[in-house]
Amino acid sequence: MICAATDNQLSIEKSAPGRRGLHAKNPLRTRADVPANLCRKTAPRLPELAELDVMRHYTRLSRLNFSVDTHFYPLGSCTMKYNPRFNEAAAALEGFAGLHPLAHDVCAQGTLELLHDLSARLTELCGLDAITLQPAAGAHSEFTGLLLAKAYFENKGETRTEIVVPDSAHGTNPATASMMGFTTVNIASKPDGRLDVAELKKHIGPKTAVLMLTVPNTLGIFESNIEEICRAVHEAGALVYMDGANLNALIGMVKPGDLGIDMMHLNFHKTFSTPHGGGGPGAGAIVCRKHLAPFLPVPTVKKEGSRYVSDFGDARSIGKVKAFFGNTGVLVKAYAYMLAHSAEELGDIARYSIINANYIRALLKEMYPSYSSEYCMHECVLTPGKDMLDKGLKTLDVAKGLIDRGFHAPTIYFPLIVHEAIMIEPTETESKETLDQFAAAMKDVHDSGVADPQALKDAPVTLPVKRLDEVQAARQPNLRW
Amino acid sequence: MYTPHTKKDREEMLKTIGASSFEELVKQVPSKFLWPKFDLPQQSLDESQAAALLAGLAGKNCRPLNFVGAGAYERYTPAAVGAITSRTEFLTAYTPYQPEASQGTLQAIYEFQSTVCALYGMDCANASMYDGASSFAEAVRAAVRVTGRKKIVYAAGVNPQYMDTLKTYFAHSAEYTYVKVPMKDGVMDRAALPALLEGAACLAVQTPNFLGMIEDMAGVADLTKAAGALLVAAADPVSLGLLAAPGEYGADFAVGEGQSLGLPLAYGGPYLGLFSCKKEHVRQMPGRICGLTKDKDGKRGFVLTLQAREQHIRRDKAASNICSNEALCALAATVYSALYGPEGLKELAEANAGAAAFAAERLSAIKGCSLKFKGPFFNEFVLVVPGSAAALREKVLAMKGIDIGLPLAPLYPELGETLLVCATETKTEADILKLEAAVKEAI
Repeated sequence: MICAATDNQLSIEKSAPGRRGLHAKNPLRTRADVPANLCRKTAPRLPELAELDVMRHYTRLSRLNFSVDTHFYPLGSCTMKYNPRFNEAAAALEGFAGLHPLAHDVCAQGTLELLHDLSARLTELCGLDAITLQPAAGAHSEFTGLLLAKAYFENKGETRTEIVVPDSAHGTNPATASMMGFTTVNIASKPDGRLDVAELKKHIGPKTAVLMLTVPNTLGIFESNIEEICRAVHEAGALVYMDGANLNALIGMVKPGDLGIDMMHLNFHKTFSTPHGGGGPGAGAIVCRKHLAPFLPVPTVKKEGSRYVSDFGDARSIGKVKAFFGNTGVLVKAYAYMLAHSAEELGDIARYSIINANYIRALLKEMYPSYSSEYCMHECVLTPGKDMLDKGLKTLDVAKGLIDRGFHAPTIYFPLIVHEAIMIEPTETESKETLDQFAAAMKDVHDSGVADPQALKDAPVTLPVKRLDEVQAARQPNLRW
Repeated sequence: MYTPHTKKDREEMLKTIGASSFEELVKQVPSKFLWPKFDLPQQSLDESQAAALLAGLAGKNCRPLNFVGAGAYERYTPAAVGAITSRTEFLTAYTPYQPEASQGTLQAIYEFQSTVCALYGMDCANASMYDGASSFAEAVRAAVRVTGRKKIVYAAGVNPQYMDTLKTYFAHSAEYTYVKVPMKDGVMDRAALPALLEGAACLAVQTPNFLGMIEDMAGVADLTKAAGALLVAAADPVSLGLLAAPGEYGADFAVGEGQSLGLPLAYGGPYLGLFSCKKEHVRQMPGRICGLTKDKDGKRGFVLTLQAREQHIRRDKAASNICSNEALCALAATVYSALYGPEGLKELAEANAGAAAFAAERLSAIKGCSLKFKGPFFNEFVLVVPGSAAALREKVLAMKGIDIGLPLAPLYPELGETLLVCATETKTEADILKLEAAVKEAI
């Protein structure tokens, strides 16, 4: 990364009145006659720049970022694996990219066929029966899943008001429950990080609609009692929703459907290698059992003879969670990724993500003890050792120290149940050499931090900016030029 | 396969871990669940094979000369937009949780928020939502939170897919009521507003509306305010190069579909939800927000801010469950807007309106065809056709490879046999004359 320290202007500050970038010419004979009272009174305050100004400005900004292609990015729970460039090329094919969402089905046969095959493959991969590809992201999938549950119970004439989540859950789980008008019931985890089954049984009953469970959980631990958990939930007449954020640990190795769950979500931008783009766009899916299928959003894709058609379901469908079909451009990338893997090779994704996480855990165990004494799945949760804590060093300092050493920080302070959590997910696409270098950087952070705590508290010092005043940002919000 | 491990790597790593085999690492998974049989291809494709397969599928999508809009618009994307969004440092970064290592993404989001505020004439904007429909739904949710009311009044010209999405967002309770402002001459019947707005949380309007018509918003905010309700306005951002901005007519929340700003149609996504509001509602905004601040040396920098609204802090008390945004799409929109600038966007809006006006003039002159409404429209309009609109669409598509517009009967039965015809800046005079000739011949 090169830091052009002298230039931190906004695009608007580089603007010059009357300077032009692109033009749009209107060669038509007719001019629209829009009455003046319907027109805007003042021009929008946008920058006036030449094309080169724009290119240079945003190219400079790009160089201020860490990214998977430039740095190891072990952000736990986010699955920052390599984003194959082939996927990008596939989605950019004009036949896919140029297709209007309301195109007649006869014009969309290629895309519909792709979506149909992708649906079939993913359903099989998950060991479930039906799928919707409409959700735009993971949280949007959770929302869709709880809508399905609500419709399912309404159809049965039952009113259930509670969503049960373990205290290790992603924040989106309780937030989604509230958004849907459910009450969240939190279940404390056991010391080993697993859901406390006895505690769970005390909290489920006729009011329980859904247990939302991340598998493996956010500590990187598999819920070994999952069968018993699912049985207990089903005996209470409720449903089990699997948060699929951590599917990278299971892909091609375990069929989630075999575990007894009723539905789960997929994050294409995690498990299926589509890029995160600085926060999005992602894409999600809900994969479910037969009893939830009639309630799926519309449209889905159906094959009739040799033709593919959009299927608008019936009155039981929950309707639409977004306009049009879904984030199809992202789904094309996920399909390209699926084509690159045989059944066995999909299992290798899980295999190497687990080996990599345990390797890091083993390399760091002396300096950064692991929360769990067991082997981990695809990610490990560590904490700074006593010698660091005694010197007043915190997880945040470790994160900033790593950035100075050319590595993106792990996820920090999550899951909430671990004090000073450092959550590392290396993913399967990182090599042993990279992990060795990362461990060396973590050791250097530890050693130099213990030797000179203040120096680590001052980190980062090699980046375009030092630690930022987040309090001021929130107190006096400056959100625009 | 994208894994780098050699056999030697694997052996050495397991040795360091202290495990005799991989199976030892996954003992916590009951063995009966491990390695089931998958009915999936036993062979993967190499890149050239996969490329051929995907090119074949892409080729099965036909590429008509397209006059369908209806909420997603065929637009020219300048080459510089793709050049920036394919920059690997933007493409493969995550949500900027570590601000010092994400200043590029953060500044781009700040500039995006500023761009949305400028276009919509609003005080503040967030880092984006999934699409126009979800932005619209979240804005109405915010209005419901602010007013504590559950009656949602909406103009008949709001995109039906937006309303479907909105109703899904409120599906958790039967307490919400939806009251439609009837349509008169293709726009909302303003005379009906005072009575309908009583006790309402908001009035939700779209302009240009789904039928392409420009709503006259003068005085609407006053009527809304008098009823103690908020005004939620949806608008296509390119139209705002020319048309009155929601901030100018007093909207409390303004939203839109950002696909217009340089994003491909891609069969429905990924698109870009634009979300903005007056400053008194800033803490009601869902999703990520970027703010400008200083580092400890006093140097300008950017961070995600006002996070106390969000799911990872507030959990079940959050304003929304959203945790992503459409950052890369937002970057495209920001670059697009910077490339065109205020003058260029005005030209674009005029080119759209001009193309649609020309198409309307030619098509309405065909015997049996006419414009359904007389008022001003932006880049699409409702055309009355003789006979079945759906059959006419299929016939011209099959004969000439032209998609002449969206039949409206399934969405607006009261409009009869009509088509919603759209022409953007991508349509030349020759294209429109071709459309005219094809429709003439098919009728």
